[in-house]
Amino acid sequence: MKKRSAIDAARARSAWLFIAPMLIVLALVAAWPLLRTIWFSMTNATLVDLTTYDFIWFDNFIVHAEGRWYGIFTDPQWLRALWNTLVFAAVSVSLELVLGVIVALIVNAALPGRGLMRAAMLVPWAIPTVVSAKIWQWMLNDQFGVVNAMLAGAGFIDGPVAWLGGSSLAMVSIIMVDVWKTTPFVALLVLAALQTLPKEIYEAAKVDGIHPVKVFFKVTLPLIRPALVVAVIFRLLDAMRMFDLVYVMTGSSEETMTLSVFARQALVSFQDVGYGSAASTGLFLIIALITVIYIMTLNPLGKEKAA
Amino acid sequence: MKQIRILGAALLTLLALGPAQAQREGGAQIAIACGALGIELELCREAAEQWAQETGNTVEIVNTPNSSSDRFQLYVQLLSSQSADIDVLQIDVVWAGMLQSHLADLEQPLGERVDAMFPALGANNRVNGKLVAVPWYIDAGVLYYRRDLLDKYGFAPPETWEDLTRAASAIQAGERAAGNDRMWGYVFQAKAYEGLTCNALEWVSSHGGGRFLSFDREFTGDNAQARAALTRAAGWIGTIAPRGVLNYDEEASRGVFQTGNAVFMRNWPYAWALAQGEKSPIRGKVGVVALPHGPGGESASALGGWHLAVSRYSQNREEAIDLVRYLTRAEEQKRRAIKGAYNPTLTALYDDPEVIAANPFFKTLYPAFENAVARPARPAGARYNQVSDAIWRASYDVLQGDSEAGPALTKLEDEIARIAYRARWGEAGQ
Repeated sequence: MKKRSAIDAARARSAWLFIAPMLIVLALVAAWPLLRTIWFSMTNATLVDLTTYDFIWFDNFIVHAEGRWYGIFTDPQWLRALWNTLVFAAVSVSLELVLGVIVALIVNAALPGRGLMRAAMLVPWAIPTVVSAKIWQWMLNDQFGVVNAMLAGAGFIDGPVAWLGGSSLAMVSIIMVDVWKTTPFVALLVLAALQTLPKEIYEAAKVDGIHPVKVFFKVTLPLIRPALVVAVIFRLLDAMRMFDLVYVMTGSSEETMTLSVFARQALVSFQDVGYGSAASTGLFLIIALITVIYIMTLNPLGKEKAA
Repeated sequence: MKQIRILGAALLTLLALGPAQAQREGGAQIAIACGALGIELELCREAAEQWAQETGNTVEIVNTPNSSSDRFQLYVQLLSSQSADIDVLQIDVVWAGMLQSHLADLEQPLGERVDAMFPALGANNRVNGKLVAVPWYIDAGVLYYRRDLLDKYGFAPPETWEDLTRAASAIQAGERAAGNDRMWGYVFQAKAYEGLTCNALEWVSSHGGGRFLSFDREFTGDNAQARAALTRAAGWIGTIAPRGVLNYDEEASRGVFQTGNAVFMRNWPYAWALAQGEKSPIRGKVGVVALPHGPGGESASALGGWHLAVSRYSQNREEAIDLVRYLTRAEEQKRRAIKGAYNPTLTALYDDPEVIAANPFFKTLYPAFENAVARPARPAGARYNQVSDAIWRASYDVLQGDSEAGPALTKLEDEIARIAYRARWGEAGQ
């Protein structure tokens, strides 16, 4: 007994030794900034003078004073940004999932020129987001944009459409660009899963004369489910903290403002470090909550497998 | 590689500067950050070097970004770290309140000079009992009109918004019937940005609706006149102003006016020289008047322009103040007016025959400067960006038709209350 526990202790020691560098790096680049943001979210610090501030507990989040409610949870602009973010995340991730599976099925089929297709598929994903956002912004310009010129040339529209002007169209445009950009990512993950599927099952299905659509829903979909689950988690977390695309294409416009854009505006434009940190902390809590709910309710990682 | 070489060069310069500075025992080294748009930098350098020669000091011109929000962020960075790198700063009229805690009081040396300038300037720059900056040149919103078109249809330059609406719709209808179907009555700045705050302030103030925030930080915007003013402006969209005006800034509206496609335009004085330029299609057909007013109000122009301030952290404050004194004196303002068409802040210069000979339109601008209304920068102080953002968003909602003026202003009051709460305006001594 004694001997074994000594070995165990030695093992545990070396285990700690091996993971220590990673823990230190994580603490430096993740935990420290996070804790600092949470700390600042409970102060009234401003960028004008970062050294003097008061600790105000949760006043930046919610507080009742002078007959009114204050704090981000009662700020119409923050709530609007939350709504925008949720709409953006739900719609864009759903579309990307459906389109990604379709694209993956196509490039997985034994077609001539398949290699070229796979390479071409990845182009939107390979372009840096700021660059593609700027390209789309020009293409969608109401006066000299190529999209309006093409639609007008084909006779679909009479006058120029202000795609990114102040209307719900701006959100539609941004979702469209995000779907264009990120569908390849989902397709790539699904394609990888498709390639690992055993051919025998499909041969058996073929012999039994099962309709291909039924094969897809009864065989393919359940088998690639783990890949889909990973894709959804990645994309959902990405979409919830959406910043670059929105900021480049429509700036701080209220119609498309996401939670991250709101936090940037409070922190940088308004120099309100306390409030901006509270907005960031709020976003962090919401993302954590969504992740927990997703893992608990959907049981996506498949407990039956472990059992 | 290139960066390394540049870095090396910068280090060498620093090393070279060190001893050189020590050798100059006679005078102080003053760093001035002035604007670099167009002829601005050249004028600033000439004058600053002239001063240096006359006084035996040395002067260094610091390059600043052209974008005014970038420049603001640079100043905040430098000043909040109490850096002595810049002694004299050129600041925007709305920054007086935001930067005041970092700026030296100029009341004692230069207060009298500021009293000889347009009154709105002094009121804007005296914050918390100190004079934070000396106005260098002034800007104010003015109304441009097509003299030829007004003559053709028998209208006088409008005095009230009512007149403007009537003339604009009549001329627009007439010109369109005559074949110019791109003709619009009135263009202004209604994009969701600082320019819309200026326009909205002019509408509301010229209807007698106040200026959103009183000097003691009380929200005054939710009143019948302000509602009437915003409702009237919303009525222009799609009738005498193109819907696209919701995305126009100064240059976009000038583009429409200068190509001859608008009867009236609200803009800053800079547009005059361009509209009267050699290649302008409307050269010689343009007039300028003060902006119209509503029932029960007086014409109001949003106050703009740039000022000179001295950093509180400057190590040579006396010399820095002397440079500001030199640059803002009548002779220098006159030189800048003649050479660069910068509008002087000293009222006496508008009677100077040489200045008027070089810029005949200065005479017509004078009333606009007299009626200039400051944006609520002084009461809002460090929170001005936020207050302005709330004002332009509320105005934009009304113009776009998303909201009636009443609810929009009630919502604005709520937003201002939020800002006030976070800034602790309610507490005494703040």
